[in-house]
Formats: sequence, C-alpha cells, structure tokens
Amino acid sequence: MVASSLRTLSRTLSHALVSEQIAHQSGLMQSLNPRVRVVGIVALVITIALLYKPWVALALFVASVALALASAVPLRTLALRVWLVVLAFTGVIALPALFLTPGDPLSAAPSITRQGLHTALMLIARVETAVTLTTVLVLTTPWAQILKALRSLGIPKEAVMMLAMAHRYIFLLAETATQMFESRESRRVGVLRGPERRRVATQAAGVLMSKSIDLSHDVFLAMQSRGYRGEVHVLSEQHMTVRDYAALAVFLAIAALAIWVGR
Amino acid sequence: MHIPDGYLSPSTCAVLYGAAIAAWYACLKRLKRVLLTRVVPLISVFAAFAFVVMMFNLPLPGGTTGHAIGVTIAAIVLGPAGAVVSISLALALQALLFGDGGITTLGANCFNMAVIGSLVAYACYRALSAQALIDSRRRVIAAGIAGYLAANASALAAAIELGIQPALFHDAAGTPLYAPYPLKIAIPAIMLGHLTFAGIAEAVISAGLVAYLQAADPALLARTSGLREAAVASGLRAPASLRRLWATVAVLLILTPLGILATGKAWGEWAPSAFSRPEARAQIAATSNNVPPPAAPPTGMQRLATLWTSPFPAYAPAFVRSPALGYLLSAMFGAGVCLLIALLAQAGLRRSHSEQAS
Repeated sequence: MVASSLRTLSRTLSHALVSEQIAHQSGLMQSLNPRVRVVGIVALVITIALLYKPWVALALFVASVALALASAVPLRTLALRVWLVVLAFTGVIALPALFLTPGDPLSAAPSITRQGLHTALMLIARVETAVTLTTVLVLTTPWAQILKALRSLGIPKEAVMMLAMAHRYIFLLAETATQMFESRESRRVGVLRGPERRRVATQAAGVLMSKSIDLSHDVFLAMQSRGYRGEVHVLSEQHMTVRDYAALAVFLAIAALAIWVGR
Repeated sequence: MHIPDGYLSPSTCAVLYGAAIAAWYACLKRLKRVLLTRVVPLISVFAAFAFVVMMFNLPLPGGTTGHAIGVTIAAIVLGPAGAVVSISLALALQALLFGDGGITTLGANCFNMAVIGSLVAYACYRALSAQALIDSRRRVIAAGIAGYLAANASALAAAIELGIQPALFHDAAGTPLYAPYPLKIAIPAIMLGHLTFAGIAEAVISAGLVAYLQAADPALLARTSGLREAAVASGLRAPASLRRLWATVAVLLILTPLGILATGKAWGEWAPSAFSRPEARAQIAATSNNVPPPAAPPTGMQRLATLWTSPFPAYAPAFVRSPALGYLLSAMFGAGVCLLIALLAQAGLRRSHSEQAS
C-alpha cells in the first residue's frame, strides 16, 4: 500500500518536471501567446465532442499528433502517458458496445453491429484526440502562463488565484506525504495486517490534513503581512502579435471546417 | 468516476457546467460572508490536500485497494460550501494537469463529485451526528456512512448522465453518438465498483480522519458539529441567515395590522353564530360556490366552540380600542409565546444531553 502510494506521488512529481522541460524548448506551441494556445486547444476539444464522422475525428487526431511533433513533445511520452492509458481504459469500456449496440449485423459469429463499431470507434477517437490535445497544451505551457491566460479570458481572479495556490501546495504536500511514508516504512519491522495498514494510511492522511490547515494559517499571515485585504491582483501582460492572431485564426478555421464536414 | 472528454454530449456538458457554475457562485458568496479573507489560502491548501489524498491507495477489507474522493472530510471540516469549492479546484487541477477527467466534462465531474458529493456527505453527517459530542463514537460512524453514501451518490449521478446519452443522442441509424450504454447497463456497471470499492474507500478515509481529528485536533470538527459551544469556541460570527430571519420576523410583526384590510371572514373559519346572521350566511354562500350553509351550525362545531376561549378573541384584547394596535399586540404576544416555548425546549434538551454525557 505504502509503496504504491509513494509510486503515485513520485510519478506525479516527475510528470510535472517533464512538463517544465518541454515547455522551455522551442516549438510551434511554445512560440504562441498562451491565450491563443488555451483558446485554440479548448476550441479543438469542443470540436471533437461535436463530430459524428469517425474519419473526421481521425483527421483531427492526426492533426493533434502533428501539433505535438511540431512542439517538441516526444511521441514516446504521448504514447505512454496518453494513448496506451486511454486505450486501456476507454478500450475496455468501448469493446462491449461492439456487441451490445442493437443495429445492422456486420458479422455473425461474434455478432458485431455496424452501429456498435461506429460508436466504439468514435468514442476511442474522441477521447484519444481530446486527451492528446490537452496533454500538448499542458506539456508546452508552464502552469503560470495557463493561469494568466485563463485570467485574461475572464475566469474570476479569485478562482485563478486559488488554482495557482492549490497547484503550488500540491507538490509541497505530495513531498511531505512521501517523506511521511518513507519515515514510517523505515521504522517498520515485519508485515502489517489489513486493519493496521488502514490505520497507518488514515493517520498519515490525518497528519497531512493538520499540516495543511496549519500551512493555510501561515500562508494567510504571510499574505496579510504583504498587504492582502481580500483583493486579488493578477499580472497579465501578454501582447498578441500578428503571428498569434494568424495562429488563432488557423485553430478556429480547423475547428469550423471539422464541424462543417464532420457532422 | 472522472468522466473523460468525449463521453458526454456538448449539450449535457453545457447543462452540467451551468449547474456547477451556479453552485460555485453561491458557495463563494457564502464563504466570503462567513470567513472573509481567510478563505483563499484555506480553500486552496485544502484543495491541494484533497488532491494528494485522492492519490493514496487505501487498503480495503478483502485485500484490495481503492481511491477516495476526499469530499466527505472536506464537507466535515470546511462545511458544504468550502467542500464544493476545494474539491472543484482539485478536480480542475486533475483535469488540466494530469488528464484525469476531461475539460468539456469538468462541469459534470465537479457537479457529481464536488456538489452532489459535498451536499450528500454534509447532510448525512449532520443528520447522523446530531447532538453528538465532538469526541463521540457516533461521529466516526456518521462520517463513514456519509462517505459511503456520498461516493455512491456521485457515482449514481455520473451513471445517470452517461446512461441517458444513447437515448438522447443517436443518429438516424440508431448509432449512439456518445457514451454507448443505456441506463440499465450504465447504472449497474458503475455502481458495482462504487458499492464495493470506491464507496468503502471514501468511508474508510472519512471515518479514519474523523477519529484522528477527535484525538489530535478536535477544534477542526467543531465548525460543522452543530453544537452551540463549538461555534463560539471557533470564533465564527453568527451566520447572517439567522439575522435575516430575525429581521423578517420583525417586519412580519409590524405588518400584522394589514389583516384588517381583508374584508369578510376566511373560508372555513366561521363561528357558530355566523350561521344565524343573514349577512354572514350570504357571505358563506358567496364564497362556497353559491351553496347555502345549513340552517343551524353543525352540532360538533357548536360543542367544540366553547371548549377553549382564547385570551385575545378576534386578535384583540378586550381593553384595546384600536384594531391595528390589537393586531400588533396579539402578534407580539404570539411570537413571544412561541419563542418562550422554543427556548424552554432547547434548555430542556441541553440539560438532558449534558446529563447523558456526564
């Protein structure tokens, strides 16, 4: 239990490090204004939800892979973090639809229907494309820039500030939890039984919660000492260039074309 | 339970985003009123905590492991409004940073887990732990049951959203356009896992954390305990809703003489003497679809009418000449009696409760 929790935590931390590395390389996405990246990717994700034709969804998937390649996102990262995971999860969910969806039979022995094949393909194509696009955005854009883009797109500043703070403290708390498990593990002799393991896990969570609440008090005092009176100010100086407007137009044109052809 | 992009139709996503946004707005407003400036760091750090706890693999009875949502302990420590916002933040971070749950379906996931989860958890916990002391065993059991029900209520909401997709969104050939399984498949498929694993994981972490807090940090349980002393100890000011209630009562008291403006007698509130007065008979008939009243008052009514004589007949004590003043006095007297009964009942309950505790 403890070992697997540790693995999850360290995987989270290492994913974040990979993101920072890719975000600082030069590439197509990295060269665009973060607002264009956010709007463009969200437009394409909404588009993929609106499509009905599998070949158009497939074309959009190919386009998202091309975008990833042009933005220095390694295919290996995408394959391991996105494609295989999605295929395992959504594939398992989509597979029975081949047989359970009523409609025109395609094959007799395992009675697959045309409607079943269509719906399973569309489901997998949609999820793969949407997650690929989201991953490309997150890997190529540092979190602070995503937040600034969200702020300038009209998300309330309190929400943006809380997202920023929560993100900041996830890593601190994840590290604290890892250290707690490690120190507990280093003092363990023998094998723990089920109820004892549950007690260890909930106690760790409890200590982590107490630490979180204490931390929030400290953060609050620190904020007050810097003049915080309940008003939030977020800096967002992001100037749009002609290239950014052109890129935004391309994103929206692809979305419009896909919706026009794919519905 | 995190619904990815592509499983729900855009219109379903839009509706659930609307519901989630309404909940966020109401909760943020409420939080600002109660906790003022402390709300931003508290909710943010708690969101980070919920995020990390969601990654814990909890050992469950039977040798398996499961992940909790963390919504129940958030509702118990922060209250429902704080839980809705902090769990929504954690879900947004999961979707944006780690692809766990989609962007178009973020509204749906927040609605299911943060909104429904928080409300169910809070309602169950408060109902089951009512009047229990902070260190009572009942609080631990209440948290466990609340966690189990909250996880399953969230899962049921997700199952219904997924299950209505094929019926609502399909093409001419009957091909489902989004999640392909109808309610009769989606509900058992999703609920099975939650009734057995995820629900138990949420129950284990919620009960375990409440037990931990009882021993280590009982002040954190005080805010939502419903106990009066607790509210005083935690330094929170009286909720504004109660002050608003008092203001409403005062306005209603002042407005009581408006009753004089109404002409005639309310239907069914006739006195036995009304049956013998011609003008009263005409009014009863006029308001009763022109059915004339019986010639004499019903015998049962006559017998019971003399059973109790009110201190203020017709809302005015005999010594008051002005009907408006009489109405006001009656209203103040009535409200005062109600308050007195309520205060006496509260004092009696508290005494029996403290006797039980000692």
